[in-house]
Amino acid sequence: MKRVQFTINGDLYEREIHEHRTLLHVLREEIGLTGTKEGCGAGECGACTIIMNGVPINACLVLAVEADGTEIETVEGESKSGRLSPVQEAFDRHHAVQCGFCTPGMLMTIKDLLQRYPKPSREQIIEGIEGNFCRCTGYEQIIEAVLDATGQLEEKGEIKHA
Amino acid sequence: MLEQIPAAELRYVGKRTPRIDAKEKLTGQATYVSDMVLSGMLYARVKTSPHARARIVSINTEKARKLPGVRAVVIGEELDYRVGLYVVDKAILARNEVRHYGEAVAAVAADSIEIAQKAVDLIDVEYEVLKPVLHPLDALKDDAPLVHPNLGEYDYMEAAFTPKPGTNIANHTKLRKGDVEKAFEEAEWTIEREYTNPSVQHVPMETHVAIVKWGYDDEVTIWSSAQSPFTLRNLFCTAFRLPHRNVRVIVPHVGGGFGGKAGIGIEPLVAVLSKKAGGAPVKLTATREQEFSLLPCRSQLTYRIKTGVSKDGKILGQKMTMYWDSGAYADYAVNVTRASGYSAGGPYEIPNAQVDAYTIYTNKPFGTAYRGFGHVEFHWGLERHMDLIARAIGMDPLEFRKRNALREGSTSLTGEKIRANTGSILKCLEAAESAVGYGTLTEAEKARQEKTGMKIGKAVVGLHKAPAMPPFTATAVILRMNEDSTVTATLSLTDYGQGTYTSIAQMIAERLGFPIQKVKIAFESDTDHDPYDWQTVASKGLLLSGNAAILAAEDLLKNAYEIAAQALRCQVVDLDHDAEKIFIRHHPESSVTFRQLAIGYCYPNGNSIGGPLIGVGRYIAQGLTHLDKDTGQGLPALDWTYGAHGMIVEVDEHTGEYNVLKVASVFDVGKVINPDAVRGQAIGGMLQGLGTATCEGYIYDQEGHLLNPSFTDNKIPTAKDLPLEVESISVETPQIDGPYGARGVGEHSMIAVAAALGNALQNATGAQITHMPLRFEDVWRAIQRREPVDNWITKSPYGSCRSAPEVQRHQQQEC
Ligand code: FES
Ligand code: FES
Repeated sequence: MKRVQFTINGDLYEREIHEHRTLLHVLREEIGLTGTKEGCGAGECGACTIIMNGVPINACLVLAVEADGTEIETVEGESKSGRLSPVQEAFDRHHAVQCGFCTPGMLMTIKDLLQRYPKPSREQIIEGIEGNFCRCTGYEQIIEAVLDATGQLEEKGEIKHA
Repeated sequence: MLEQIPAAELRYVGKRTPRIDAKEKLTGQATYVSDMVLSGMLYARVKTSPHARARIVSINTEKARKLPGVRAVVIGEELDYRVGLYVVDKAILARNEVRHYGEAVAAVAADSIEIAQKAVDLIDVEYEVLKPVLHPLDALKDDAPLVHPNLGEYDYMEAAFTPKPGTNIANHTKLRKGDVEKAFEEAEWTIEREYTNPSVQHVPMETHVAIVKWGYDDEVTIWSSAQSPFTLRNLFCTAFRLPHRNVRVIVPHVGGGFGGKAGIGIEPLVAVLSKKAGGAPVKLTATREQEFSLLPCRSQLTYRIKTGVSKDGKILGQKMTMYWDSGAYADYAVNVTRASGYSAGGPYEIPNAQVDAYTIYTNKPFGTAYRGFGHVEFHWGLERHMDLIARAIGMDPLEFRKRNALREGSTSLTGEKIRANTGSILKCLEAAESAVGYGTLTEAEKARQEKTGMKIGKAVVGLHKAPAMPPFTATAVILRMNEDSTVTATLSLTDYGQGTYTSIAQMIAERLGFPIQKVKIAFESDTDHDPYDWQTVASKGLLLSGNAAILAAEDLLKNAYEIAAQALRCQVVDLDHDAEKIFIRHHPESSVTFRQLAIGYCYPNGNSIGGPLIGVGRYIAQGLTHLDKDTGQGLPALDWTYGAHGMIVEVDEHTGEYNVLKVASVFDVGKVINPDAVRGQAIGGMLQGLGTATCEGYIYDQEGHLLNPSFTDNKIPTAKDLPLEVESISVETPQIDGPYGARGVGEHSMIAVAAALGNALQNATGAQITHMPLRFEDVWRAIQRREPVDNWITKSPYGSCRSAPEVQRHQQQEC
């Protein structure tokens, strides 16, 4: 067992943890922040993406002890003010959520993307979210939501009638 | 139940409406079973078989049992239960014999997941490895080992299925229409060919997960990531011989299903662990690897089609033989076989038809429902075949489709009359045709070819599907008015991402004339609290539950009007209402608010009438029949949703690499209820279809070990795999018995995408590919050698298909 401390979404947490536990499991099971999801536990799907010291990581690949002393951002921090973030609002408008299981990780990846590219092109968005699987949406409405949130979507994807 | 309201007057139906569950999911607050922890909860792990077929000689659990923190260990020997959806053929844990790689042989519940895993590792299983039967065509041979020697002793649903004891055939579906041999004699051309696809995995982002608490007096509570709470309860109670009242199934948010969570899965295993651990709740979360092999997949199909065509390009007769690889258990595969059997000709008129569809047991992970329910698989063959016929007889493939398309007055394979209101495949084909500029290349496309050195090809394919469900499929919705006159609907159709709940909220708001903010659909389904629904499958939810929701709204209004009429001392016919109140039409100042009526109306002196307002809507599929077992004739289809995909690809002829430039997907949805939801289904399903078309598939070695149960070796589409352009187009031919004219579209977007790709690649390069997925190396080989490639079962004598085209032109008709 080891005592660790980290800041999550601005709040300080201290826990006694087993050295072999991943940050993902500690977040979900010991701290109770279950917004971050586990899709594979092997660094392949992106569902567990969080931001640690400003860098997006797969929480399933990091041991919790490695996170000692770090600043962590998770999906729960995005609406802490009681309002959805602009990206969350755009996801809502564009049906960029279906089952919602990929959504928390996707939002954190996009948060990082927008810090690097405040107005990303379609190609940059695709490049950015490539590591986050979504089995439901086919990604198009997610891409549109990001374009909209950054003021780059003129025409919303209305459905066509034949 | 087409509501005769002019589109201009609709306030919610057909209008852009955000999803009712989006905010909860966007904030990370939506609860999935994988997020749940109950007090005193134990964690389970499963020991799985490393062999495809083996006799279990012994299982030693002693060391596992002694490990501190272990609360229960179970093996198959001690469990005398069988589970099965249509054929009751599966033990909870393998007994005596394992039938597929990854099958569960023992399980542990412990204080932590780490202890449970350690205990599982300490369990010793001694196997006598047997030779597995892997290919369905091998399994049909006389000397093939029997996967289920006791098939004759199993219960099965006799009205629909025909198992053949003493063989590996779990079901044989037959359909006979007209005289197919005579049609072949009269045909100018007969074209015969075989098409195949491998098993694939659904890949919901949330793996199967369940928590079960087996309480005192056999009161069982199950929290599960299941699609169909009532079917799960029913199968569970049948297996454990428990009264339905004892078992409660709760389904909170579910992280995707796609059919893989439609029936019963890990729940019985978790239940016996809980029972053995003295009633503590036990949680089992499938690992991603187990999702591939312990849990079911989509069946492999070998589809052989022989078609007789007249001189003017009309299909005269078609013989269709399907070999469905069920894997080790029948599960949904027998019904996939049945539903595909009666739809096997696609959206085309086939006057003389013969279908023989077999579900075949093999020693592989078992097949189940998967978005499209067989139609993705057989449309691959069928829509490739349509192109190959057209090329063989010298006709444009789209023209050939149009000439044979089902239309008003046609009869389906099962003898159903197609009517104008059934929907229009022709309109779908035409819309896809113009969306991709079929048949020509634009100046920009020519310039692109010039610049990239790649060849551009185009294709248009058609598709159809009806819900595969029993003729008595039913559902209900209960609508309760809250004290403040908002309403809450409960139903046990589940919404695991499709967005049906939002569409239902729109319809309830529309019918009540309330703002949609006043309508809540309760998200958690609970068999103790919600009315029955058969299953959340088959793209039938919007139609059946939508109708029930409208009826519930009408019932609630009727009940409110009756109390209002008493309160206002008038007749019900004199009343009308708006979002707030019920009023007398000719004296609108005389009114009573819904808030006053919600829990019972109270007169000024305190006398009260009414009581809490509730509306009940029940709906059952109307007029459907069982199919005749010898001829397949009858009426199985609640509705037919027609569709088409147009596709543009560019191919590098030297390397086989290709890019999908555009996909336009068109569906006759009857009536769009929620445009963004239709578009989300259209694009999401299309990309899932492109996944199975381009890269997904199970790979086995000769011993039947699954070689790629991970995302590293079994890729699914990422954002990079999205075509450069996607377009979603709706045709609206109202469904007479659909809510506001709507019909389902959840599965259809995935169907025939692979065939569109195969056809477009052939259009560009001439490569004839008859097995999917179409990986770059397959395309390259097909371009080079123009012969099929196999490596799905390594060194299988069959290859993935026996695929030389057999085209005959009859001499006597050459006049
Ligand atoms: S759960 Fe961490 S990448 Fe999949
Ligand atoms: S919304 Fe279901 S996986 Fe993305």
